[in-house]
Amino acid sequence: MTIHLKIWRQKDKNSPGKLVDYTVDDANPDMSFLELLDWLNERLMNEGREPVEFDHDCREGICGSCNLVLNGMAHGPMQGTAVCQLHMRKYKDGDTIVVEPWRAKAFPMIKDLVVDRSAFDRIMAAGGYISVNTGAPADANAIPVDKYNADQAFDYAACIGCGACVAACPNSSASLFTGAKISQLAHLPQGDPERNRRVVNMVDQMAEEGFGDCSNYAECEAVCPAEISITSIAKMRREYFNALSEIE
Amino acid sequence: MTASKNGTLNSKVPEGNLQDKWDNHKNNLRLVNPANKRKFTVLVVGTGLAGASAAASLAELGYNVKAFTILDSPRRAHSIAAQGGINAAKNYPNDGDTVWRLFHDTIKGGDYRSREANVYRLAQVSNSIIDQCVAQGVPFAREYGGLLDNRSFGGAQVSRTFYARGQTGQQLLLGAYSAMMRQVHTGKIELFPRREMLDLVKVDGKARGLVARNLTTGEIERYAGDAVLLCTGGYGNVYYLSTMAKNCNATAVWRCYKRGAQFGNPSFTQIHPTCIPVSGKYQSKLTLMSESLRNDGRVWVPKKKGDNRPPNEIPEEDRDYYLERRYPSFGNLAPRDVSSRSAKYVCDEGRGVGKTGLAVYMDFADSIKRLGVDAIKAKYGNLFAMYEKITAENPYEVPMRIFPAVHFTMGGLWVDYNLSSNIPGLYVLGEANFADHGGNRLGASALMQGLADGYFVVPYTLSDYLAENLHSKKIGTDHEAFEKTEKETMERINKLLSVKGKKTVLDFHRELGELMWDNVGMSRNRKNLEMAIKKIGELRDEFWKDVNIPGENNTLNKYLEYALRVADYMELGELMARDALDREESCGGHFREEHQTEDGEAVRDDEKFSNVSSWEYKGDDKEPVKHTEDLNFEFVTPTQRSYK
Ligand SMILES: Cc1cc2nc3c(=O)[nH]c(=O)nc-3n(C[C@H](O)[C@H](O)[C@H](O)COP(=O)(O)OP(=O)(O)OC[C@H]3O[C@@H](n4cnc5c(N)ncnc54)[C@H](O)[C@@H]3O)c2cc1C
Ligand code: SF4
Ligand code: FES
Repeated sequence: MTIHLKIWRQKDKNSPGKLVDYTVDDANPDMSFLELLDWLNERLMNEGREPVEFDHDCREGICGSCNLVLNGMAHGPMQGTAVCQLHMRKYKDGDTIVVEPWRAKAFPMIKDLVVDRSAFDRIMAAGGYISVNTGAPADANAIPVDKYNADQAFDYAACIGCGACVAACPNSSASLFTGAKISQLAHLPQGDPERNRRVVNMVDQMAEEGFGDCSNYAECEAVCPAEISITSIAKMRREYFNALSEIE
Repeated sequence: MTASKNGTLNSKVPEGNLQDKWDNHKNNLRLVNPANKRKFTVLVVGTGLAGASAAASLAELGYNVKAFTILDSPRRAHSIAAQGGINAAKNYPNDGDTVWRLFHDTIKGGDYRSREANVYRLAQVSNSIIDQCVAQGVPFAREYGGLLDNRSFGGAQVSRTFYARGQTGQQLLLGAYSAMMRQVHTGKIELFPRREMLDLVKVDGKARGLVARNLTTGEIERYAGDAVLLCTGGYGNVYYLSTMAKNCNATAVWRCYKRGAQFGNPSFTQIHPTCIPVSGKYQSKLTLMSESLRNDGRVWVPKKKGDNRPPNEIPEEDRDYYLERRYPSFGNLAPRDVSSRSAKYVCDEGRGVGKTGLAVYMDFADSIKRLGVDAIKAKYGNLFAMYEKITAENPYEVPMRIFPAVHFTMGGLWVDYNLSSNIPGLYVLGEANFADHGGNRLGASALMQGLADGYFVVPYTLSDYLAENLHSKKIGTDHEAFEKTEKETMERINKLLSVKGKKTVLDFHRELGELMWDNVGMSRNRKNLEMAIKKIGELRDEFWKDVNIPGENNTLNKYLEYALRVADYMELGELMARDALDREESCGGHFREEHQTEDGEAVRDDEKFSNVSSWEYKGDDKEPVKHTEDLNFEFVTPTQRSYK
């Protein structure tokens, strides 16, 4: 099949970028989208041109490295799927796909489709953990967790940290990402002692990094490959207000 | 003839009863007092389970840690992709599990090619790992009563595997990562993402630092420390196609090898039986289908060669459930090496299925009939969905097609009981070392090993080394050793960039991968191994003459990163073939066709090969020298594995 691509090319943070047209005339429906980019890059290098830079690692939807906006949709057209798991059979012969990076002030450009998402790590460092030193804990079964809460915690813990929620949000808010971690730990007894400090520090860090506020567009939930529910944001807000009132 | 030195390696296994060794050892290890801990800097390379757990634990103790990863965040390390679970001897189900049993299964599973004392320690600390992870908020599966759930995995006769849906690795890594980020917050860990260690810096024979390429700017940076911990994962990507993440590589271990660290059992590779088969030339990696599927899936191929009927039209009597036939007592749960080889045999006979003929069926029809679709969905829903995403086939209706793929490397840098390589100050943890899995790794034991090494072993053993070096001189990055190593690294990069040849890095990697898969893969023989050694050498020469690397050094340049890694695979691949050639026996995943029974089972040679082969680099134009470490089985008696 033939696929036309318009790909964002940008040398570095300080240079202007633009969409550049490419055509791959021997794409295969069983290729993944990233394999299509590999294929294109082989072609470009054989012609002495510079390949397109993009982040990727596991190529099975779990590491959160890949980050492409296809025709305006973060991670492309398939729900609950990271772009590395998208296969070309989703497209028709002759289709045109516009390929862009995550765009957000808090994710500075590095090159082409690669951006800097270290702001997420700093939000995690601000409080996304339970403070327990190695070797200190009691037996794992000492504190039972009812299955409902354990399952809820898991649903929120499934976040892959990709940043699609930010890319899709008109405000570039990181609320789904931050809310997911806060909600996971709020559903577990182990997370309880620090819950106030945690939510305040993480939310403050999120603002400091330059992510916007949430105004309930729910675009994040629609693109999230881990299908994190937007209820996590409501939970984060409740936790935040409770924390403020308890701290005061 | 391989030059070799027998029994020259000292494993430093402590004296005493198996059960007491680790405790006694801990009693004897020197400690560093709290005020002195902050005088030490430890460089931790890699942030997978091994690296993240080590970095966090050492920082908690008060050491200064610098942590490096090639990815943009520590959380993305390859460990994140592990699906199935992690073993521990908790015996929560009360089905008779003990530390001894976990030890025994693991050492037997490894076909008696690992060190007793290490494996016993692994089983011993397994329970603490689960305690630690639960305390960190890892959401393991639970029963309605709120207690932790276990399943049986990889053919074990007890249920000792803890899991978090099909995403156990993700949840364990996020736990270790969060512990690590907590220390980043306190300032005890300094994080260096998008950095690739390209060489080790040695001063007076000890590991004292490293040089790394800043993958965003291309700059070569120098880092000094009192010890270096390599936690850089496995090297399965030598084969090009594998279930490893695309950025997994061998560069850090290989560069340390070239600086004198010995490489243990390089040919020991695990080929996992249940992966989604290759679909075309554009294929960039392979996806694992968790082994847990074999609990309910029946593996078969048509009895007749060239039977092209769709699977559902092939009647029972024309199907060969070959695992059930050959291994009646283990059936579809036969160990990984055995199952993989059996799949290869039936495909070699021309009975493989699918477009390429390189696949076998894994069929859930009987289980669906017996348990109902809902039960199967509850158990494997996410795996079935993943399969369907990749293949566009619905495994509830047609059998899955699977084929073996490279999955894990049991070989790695040689380490002693303390996880120290033979270079003082260079420690190796997780999949990067050779230590605990022998000839074949059992399911759910790599996660256990990575976390055991990082949380519960190295914090003790490293303190002993640092205590001994309390008064050694601090070395700065202006030391001439850094100067020299940086210069050599730059020369290597410039040399590669200046080749400006015609073939892409991928062309070379694919070619190397095919050579490795065909000759140093599931089934090996002298003729092919000798041929492979020759051909790899030729390919390597061609690589340095004809590789085409785009762009410059001073920017993000992933094809340059890739070229540096493939350059190292070209050397490591040859060592793997040499090791496979040298080991004249079949054990675990290492199957030499010359050493098999009449019905194709592996034949070990305990007389000659009850040992570790550990290779020493002697120069680019010289053959490496083999050292051996004898494996003394004091507490178990090696037997021939039988799954019949
Ligand atoms: C698909 C899959 C499923 C698996 N499932 C299971 C399972 O269910 N149970 C089980 O027990 N095991 C499983 N395994 C095996 C297990 O996941 C791995 O062996 C284990 O996670 C390896 O952990 P590690 O910390 O040693 O290395 P990794 O997680 O591979 O981490 C390596 C780290 O090193 C960094 N790095 C590498 N080179 C450099 C360099 N030169 N400079 C700087 N940083 C570098 C990387 O960025 C990364 O951070 C599975 C493996 C695969 C592939
Ligand atoms: S919440 Fe979803 S979209 Fe946002 S980082 Fe996590 S997985 Fe990605
Ligand atoms: S590459 Fe890992 S999630 Fe896409």
